[in-house]
Amino acid sequence: MQNRTRKLLTIVTEAALEGTLVRDLDQLTAHGYTITDARGGGTHGVRDAGWDASSNIRIEVVCDTETAEAIAAYVQEHYFDNYAMILFVSDVDVLRPEKF
Amino acid sequence: MIDPVILFFLLGAIAGLLRSELRLPAAIYEFVSIVLLLAIGLKGGIELAKQPFGSLLPQMLAVVALGFFLALVAFPVLRYLGRFKRADAASIAAHYGSVSVGTYAVAVAYLGSRQIAFEEHMPLLLVMLEVPAILVGIVLARGLSRETRWGSIAHEVFLGKSIVLLLGGLLIGWASGPEGLSSIEPLFFDLFKGILAIFLLEMGLLTATQVGTLRRYGPFLVAFGIGMPLFSALVGTGLGWALGLSIGGTVILATLAASASYIAVPAAMRISVPEANPTLSLAAALGITFPFNVLVGIPIYHALAVWAHAFAKG
Repeated sequence: MQNRTRKLLTIVTEAALEGTLVRDLDQLTAHGYTITDARGGGTHGVRDAGWDASSNIRIEVVCDTETAEAIAAYVQEHYFDNYAMILFVSDVDVLRPEKF
Repeated sequence: MIDPVILFFLLGAIAGLLRSELRLPAAIYEFVSIVLLLAIGLKGGIELAKQPFGSLLPQMLAVVALGFFLALVAFPVLRYLGRFKRADAASIAAHYGSVSVGTYAVAVAYLGSRQIAFEEHMPLLLVMLEVPAILVGIVLARGLSRETRWGSIAHEVFLGKSIVLLLGGLLIGWASGPEGLSSIEPLFFDLFKGILAIFLLEMGLLTATQVGTLRRYGPFLVAFGIGMPLFSALVGTGLGWALGLSIGGTVILATLAASASYIAVPAAMRISVPEANPTLSLAAALGITFPFNVLVGIPIYHALAVWAHAFAKG
């Protein structure tokens, strides 16, 4: 049986970054991504999605370990200093490993 | 008597300050701002159809110069008097050189309820004033470095929601003319003030959320948020008079100069100058300048325009 474990990379960040991040993900060869609107609070205050400037998004990418590491390193280098952003990676079992 | 739309703004602000449960869904806010932008564009477009474009060119160029000038004046004040970091000073300067469509809409309602006529092509000038300050802000923050991705910045600036809708409205209004637009008039023109009231309710709520930041960043930001629009309004009044605008038109141009952007510029700055702290500029533009302009600024600019025109006549 094939190895079915893949990485689930989750980024929660400002909605303003959506367009830029999607371009980055394509370049870093993520096969797909899912974006949902989100709201919450943290060191950058409460982001309640009342309007554009206080909206958050959650981006999820399922991919192999190398891609996950590449994305994490890229995002950390480019965005962590200046944007409200968290990123975490977890293991997930997938049904069709060839897709990711 | 205070215009009822202003009372909606106060309602929102008070509800926000008292931490009421009231919240407009983001989609509603989005919708009312889209209707306002289109309505403003359409109104201007109808007028454009009546005038030769060439005669408006001097005004358009003057307004672009005004946008550059205001941002360039604001920057040193913020940098050296306010002691802000370079990126923050540049970003706030860009906000104050650009315009707020919400403030424009309130000025239109103000003049409308007093039956004061103004040049209907003002939305064109609104569009022209939106962009220059953004470019100044980016250049002030980063210099003319090769690394700046001008392509993506231009995309962000010129294809932002407000420019697309305003220009789109202008073109549709221009192409259709008053008769063509009569079928969609009920939504965009008849309901204008009702839509504006809902918009201002949400603006009141948003303004109230800025109070915490203002408390943290202190008196300079508050003073700047009131002083800068007063200065800009003086420049705008002078320019309006020099361009030969009517009293109503001068009030609008002064209001445009005095207003600070809180939609187009924050979005552009967030992408182009990420190291600038967005809470500073939003607290000033939204927490101080917007309520100041809406509540006391516009009547002051009206008095200023009346005075300037009387003075000019001798």
